Amino acid sequence: MILVEHVTKTYGKKTAVNDLSFAVNPGVVTGFLGPNGAGKSTTMRMIVGLDHPDNGSVTIDGKPYRDHVAPLHEVGALLEARAIHPGRSAYNHLLALATTTGIPRRRITEVLDLVGLTTVGRKRAGAFSLGMGQRLGIAAALLADPDVLILDEPVNGLDPEGIVWIRRLLKSLADEGRTVFISSHLISEIALVADHLIVIGRGELIADTSVSEMQRAASGVVVQVRSPRATELARVLLDDGVTVETGDEPGELRVSGLDAATIGDRALAAGLAIHALIPTKVSLEEAFMQLTHDAVEYEPTVPGQTLQEVTSR
Amino acid sequence: MSTIVANVETIAAASTGLRKKSEIRHLKVTLPRVVRSEWFKFTSLRSSWITIAVALVIIIGIGALATGVAAGDVTSARPGGGAGGGGRGFASDPTSLSLAGAGLAQIILGILGVLAISGEYSSGMIRASLAAVPRRLPVLWGKALVIGVASLVVAELGSLTAFLLGQTILSNSAHVSLSGTGVLRAVLGTGAYMAAIAVLGLAIGALLRHAAGAIGTLFVLLLLAPGLLPAVLPTSWSDAIVPYLPSNAGAAFTSVTPAAGSLSAGAGAAVLVVWIVVLLGGAAILLRRRDA
Repeated sequence: MILVEHVTKTYGKKTAVNDLSFAVNPGVVTGFLGPNGAGKSTTMRMIVGLDHPDNGSVTIDGKPYRDHVAPLHEVGALLEARAIHPGRSAYNHLLALATTTGIPRRRITEVLDLVGLTTVGRKRAGAFSLGMGQRLGIAAALLADPDVLILDEPVNGLDPEGIVWIRRLLKSLADEGRTVFISSHLISEIALVADHLIVIGRGELIADTSVSEMQRAASGVVVQVRSPRATELARVLLDDGVTVETGDEPGELRVSGLDAATIGDRALAAGLAIHALIPTKVSLEEAFMQLTHDAVEYEPTVPGQTLQEVTSR
Repeated sequence: MSTIVANVETIAAASTGLRKKSEIRHLKVTLPRVVRSEWFKFTSLRSSWITIAVALVIIIGIGALATGVAAGDVTSARPGGGAGGGGRGFASDPTSLSLAGAGLAQIILGILGVLAISGEYSSGMIRASLAAVPRRLPVLWGKALVIGVASLVVAELGSLTAFLLGQTILSNSAHVSLSGTGVLRAVLGTGAYMAAIAVLGLAIGALLRHAAGAIGTLFVLLLLAPGLLPAVLPTSWSDAIVPYLPSNAGAAFTSVTPAAGSLSAGAGAAVLVVWIVVLLGGAAILLRRRDA
């Protein structure tokens, strides 16, 4: 189990992670979601002690990572595909890591076989493709058979076959009772494998929820509205918690945060004609984008400003 | 790669499952294990072997060249001539002449030390290394030990070979044997000095984390400063500082007859040790403190 408690990390003036707290439990795959630059990688680096938090603490099974006597057996991490010296072979890379904690050589052959790199294991890693580098990183994470796996963007560079492979691998590892924590900026990718989600934006926690709950939330409706006086209608509808976007065609609006009946009533009250009013479901992606967008935009909705944004688009 | 999907079924077999905490004790990260790991890292890079070969060729080759030139010009080989501060190339006693290559070979071995750590930073390998050894310092000690011992073996071998070859070349003119006064100390001292520079290179590399900056610093410290400081500093300052530069501290025990104003052999060795302790210690503090 990974426990992140009130962690803050700044680089110079930039706050990468701000008072972040969450727990990652064993036996399930937990997805770590957020837009690029949300602080996912920073958080993962802090979990394995590569970056030191300014405040707060990160523990693995009750202890900071560095206090474990055999840390690689606690946590296997894939932080970047290229944490590999290009002049060293995959086998020797793994040998150097395995030696620090007394892992026998046969385990190196085993994990190379597991990730499908047996035939290129003696070749220089510098000649590896992105996908092969990623497989080697996964092999390194699995090397010590760890209780906790942390993978930063594990599907990066993998071919479709490799993506299917890693999904099945992660699920089977979680089923064995391990803690599996994977980051991604694509919810569609993560929804296929994760049971639980930690969503962050600008270094702050946005949601700590199960995938099924997120999916329920995602079925919140967006209403497609068509009106000859769309700009005026948008001004009437805009309110706290209401988002109005222009649609694909002129005169079309996509409204979330209000149901169709309310939109119709408000249009009538303002004397604005409506030609279409269609409730639609949003995808998981849209729900995620909305969730993170709200967190990224700190300013309250100022109708005039948003309207300008709407009309200029 | 079509075999990979099938391999998923073997995961359960490949991974032994969550292990008992009692087993963990046998898998403890220890300094000897980290040293072994650093040894594998060092020997598994082709660049390590190339650098070592270059260092050997330089120390033996330049020594042979210098003694060859001197042998053809007997009168200029003045036994007892001192090595100038840091300027091994101008040495003219038979021992220093045969070890003339050390001036350049020290740079090569210094670069070997720099690359041992800067290569980890440039490739990102340092994150894998420090995640494996989160207490961090064993990685630095392991590297220092591996670089120090490997360089010592190579540099002693190179120095002895260069000396013996050089004296053979000088056989018709003024040559010396290892049993001559101060000769053995100078020959072995040259090897030890070069190994010390390799460790110094590692420390500078660990402090600066970039190969270019670290190699540049090494050049300035070893080659430029000994010549430049006496020219720009007031004599009293220069006399107080220049003998303590690594190259001049080394010259105190690597030449049969040290130049005037240089430290005693023992003091020179001690000064060099202080350089290593300070720079490696500084690197250790920063390694612990900085984000990787």
